Amino acid sequence: MIDLIVLPLIKIVFVLTGVLITVMYLVLLERKVQAWVQARLGPMRVGPHGVLQPVADVVKLFIKEDLTPARAEKWVFTLAPIIVLVPALIAFAVIPFGPEVNLFGRPVPLYITDLNVGLLYIVSVAALGVYGIILGGWSSNSKYPLLGSLRSSAQLISYELAVTLTFVSVILASGSLSMVQIVEAQRQNGVWFAFVQPVALFIYAVGALAETNRNPFDLPEAESELVAGFHTEYSGMRFALFFLAEYTNMIVVSAVATTLFFGGWLRPFPNVEALWFLGFVPAWIWFTLKTFVLLYVFLWIRATLPRYRYDQLMALGWKWLIPLAIANIVVTAAVKVVLGS
Amino acid sequence: MERDPAGSMFDTDELVINMGPQHPATHGVLRVVLKLDGEKVVDADVVIGYLHRGVEKLTESRDWTQIVLLTDRLDYVASAAANLAYVETVEKLMSIEVPRRARYLRTILAELQRLASHLVWLGSHAMDIGAITVFLYCLRERELILDLFEEFCGARLTYNSLRIGGLPQDIPSGWLPKVLRFCDVQDEKLVEYETLLTHNRIWLQRTRGIGVISGEAAVAVGLCGPTLRGSGVGRDVRKDEPYAAYAEIPFDVPVGASGDTYDRYLVRLEEMRQSTRILRQAVEGLPEGPVMAKVPRLIKPPAGETYHANESPKGEIGFFIASDGKSTSPYRLRVRPPSFCNLQALPQLVRGHLVADVIAIIGTIDIVLGEVDR
Amino acid sequence: MGEAIAFYTLAALILGFGVMVITARNTVHSVLFLVANFLFVAALYVLLGAQFLAVIQVIVYAGGIVVLYLFVVMLVNLKRPPEAHRDRRRKSGLGLAISLVVLAEIVAIAAFAVVQPAHLTGPKAALPPEAANNVEQVGWLLYTQYLVPFEVASMLLLVAMVGAIVLARREL
Repeated sequence: MIDLIVLPLIKIVFVLTGVLITVMYLVLLERKVQAWVQARLGPMRVGPHGVLQPVADVVKLFIKEDLTPARAEKWVFTLAPIIVLVPALIAFAVIPFGPEVNLFGRPVPLYITDLNVGLLYIVSVAALGVYGIILGGWSSNSKYPLLGSLRSSAQLISYELAVTLTFVSVILASGSLSMVQIVEAQRQNGVWFAFVQPVALFIYAVGALAETNRNPFDLPEAESELVAGFHTEYSGMRFALFFLAEYTNMIVVSAVATTLFFGGWLRPFPNVEALWFLGFVPAWIWFTLKTFVLLYVFLWIRATLPRYRYDQLMALGWKWLIPLAIANIVVTAAVKVVLGS
Repeated sequence: MERDPAGSMFDTDELVINMGPQHPATHGVLRVVLKLDGEKVVDADVVIGYLHRGVEKLTESRDWTQIVLLTDRLDYVASAAANLAYVETVEKLMSIEVPRRARYLRTILAELQRLASHLVWLGSHAMDIGAITVFLYCLRERELILDLFEEFCGARLTYNSLRIGGLPQDIPSGWLPKVLRFCDVQDEKLVEYETLLTHNRIWLQRTRGIGVISGEAAVAVGLCGPTLRGSGVGRDVRKDEPYAAYAEIPFDVPVGASGDTYDRYLVRLEEMRQSTRILRQAVEGLPEGPVMAKVPRLIKPPAGETYHANESPKGEIGFFIASDGKSTSPYRLRVRPPSFCNLQALPQLVRGHLVADVIAIIGTIDIVLGEVDR
Repeated sequence: MGEAIAFYTLAALILGFGVMVITARNTVHSVLFLVANFLFVAALYVLLGAQFLAVIQVIVYAGGIVVLYLFVVMLVNLKRPPEAHRDRRRKSGLGLAISLVVLAEIVAIAAFAVVQPAHLTGPKAALPPEAANNVEQVGWLLYTQYLVPFEVASMLLLVAMVGAIVLARREL
């Protein structure tokens, strides 16, 4: 009873709160990191060094007027941001933050659940998130958002293909679809999959940038293009949900990358006995650290690179990444057969 | 658009989209009405006039010295360039010989303006294409130029820095070493911008082959400035009809090869390098002497009309002035604004490109609405 | 017991959303109800212990195919309103007749199933030697017993893709 219902509920509350707070501070971190790269300081007024800025942002978004365009579809207009946010949040159900630990005398695994098809579960919720974007654009009943949403969703499904194909090669390398098993496989092999599958990592990195609509693939949202794309007509709380969803997606994508390619909760060199003192750092701290490094890379890239045009973006996905991913699968499978492992 | 029978099932309507006048990327109040076929631009109609303030008519009720203030606000990113063109036109009409020191100082101010304008251009162009950090870096260097101008004439943007016959005052002490130090900083930072953009494959994909115009077509439509030089036509007023101290200072005029956005980018970057070269030479060779010629208190040019052009950062800026010899205002003043003439080519440049390229092309023409609309 | 409750609830939801797909006035709403339908079918798969199929159902069907439906629905200008009941072009009689035939078939199959419960007539599918998980079982079957249908399906998809590209490009 406790293990079946109470414990998962507690974990869910923990994870959701943690994720939402992290998202809020990720927004601040983005502004700060961008600012420092650009020789300025970023938010400094609200709280010391701008630390309370997210609170101010949340308050502002909450108290904004709730505008619905005149001829917009009321229900779908409200539903769209929810459809984008919910899949992003429920993806955290299978992300392993750490191994089983002993809490208050009972063994508690530091993940909400371990599905035997965990990795595909993440792909499926990502696929569902696309609906929110399409509906957001359509329900605004206006030219610009519709075009923006169609482009954005086409971009998403194209890069979803490439990313799913890289997952296949990781599954080949680890032999299992379960997220926990993948981390275990990396511990057994003693090497992160980043070194075993560098091509998959590269494709995943590019695909992740495109999946989360981040620079250099953020054309659908770019201010200098069709205004704000699919969320032009959104303001206040609904816009806040879109915004939250984008940053939550970033965290999901980084967490998945950490699990798949960078050893998840494992400390560096898990099989090297000489580095035993690294084991003093709890596993979930390693996980969080790695995820934040990847998030920082996201922010870094945004500050540096120009933006791809839409057709160039699609050409990149279809003509380069997907064939490369397929080739990677073939090579991985061939190597596996040859090595017989 | 011809319709083939097989495709008639899937015919799409032509979409008419309006960009501006309030748009984050049109650099001012510019309105462009785009006719799209899917995402391809079939035609573009440029609507201007949102910033028309009647400058040319206003000059008819201002006296000749006050008009310098009006010229500030034409190309407000490079005020001193318009100042210079105007005062030189009046000096030509009145046959005033400007002292050598003033000419050299004017050259220094003009080149500083060129750098400031090109920095703004580079920053906003890069930002429109997505490289937002370059914008902040360029503005950081521009701050140094604005500081120099503030020391000289007290203003950061609209300078009113020149007078008919010379300069209102001499440069403050310690100004010249600051100019030299700025040149060093600028050359160093230019390398940074190049690292971020010039060989970046995304930048190349966004600018190569975009907005191509051939040399002949460019001349036919009346382009000028770096926009023209990017297409291979080496016309630069500083070389062809030298003014200020340009006849005495050697420099190169960069010319592009293929007339696309990337070439115009390279041309302007090279111009920035040449500007620091000119600045250094001008500072070294600055002669002593007065900064103002003997000019009557009340400026009254003789009756007649004249046209004189300068090379502003945007292109050839010219003033046509007709004076009737009697009043303290011009009879007619007409500005030949480079941005206005360059903007005429926009429909030609965007035809066949995608919507995202329209932004890049508006950026590469480098317009300032103050000049376009006057 | 719990399983029965879950099954009947899911079945009711699936059928309910199915009906709403047909009766919705707005085509986009129709498509959204279809998505809900598929999600509950995936839940049914989970109930049956086929988690892999469930996830694939969501990824491919709900997350891929219906998205394409949605694109088409939004891009094609559906100016014509849904047919009214009194519309002369509506062939209600024919539709009713066909539905009755199908209903009769279903009743016949159900009755036959009660009278003669089905049992496997073909040879039992060879499964991989170890007690493998869902994915391996499906993979094994696909590549051994059902290899030909698998390859035919891939060829079909390839032809469809090529056809779509040819149709979309006006000049080749």
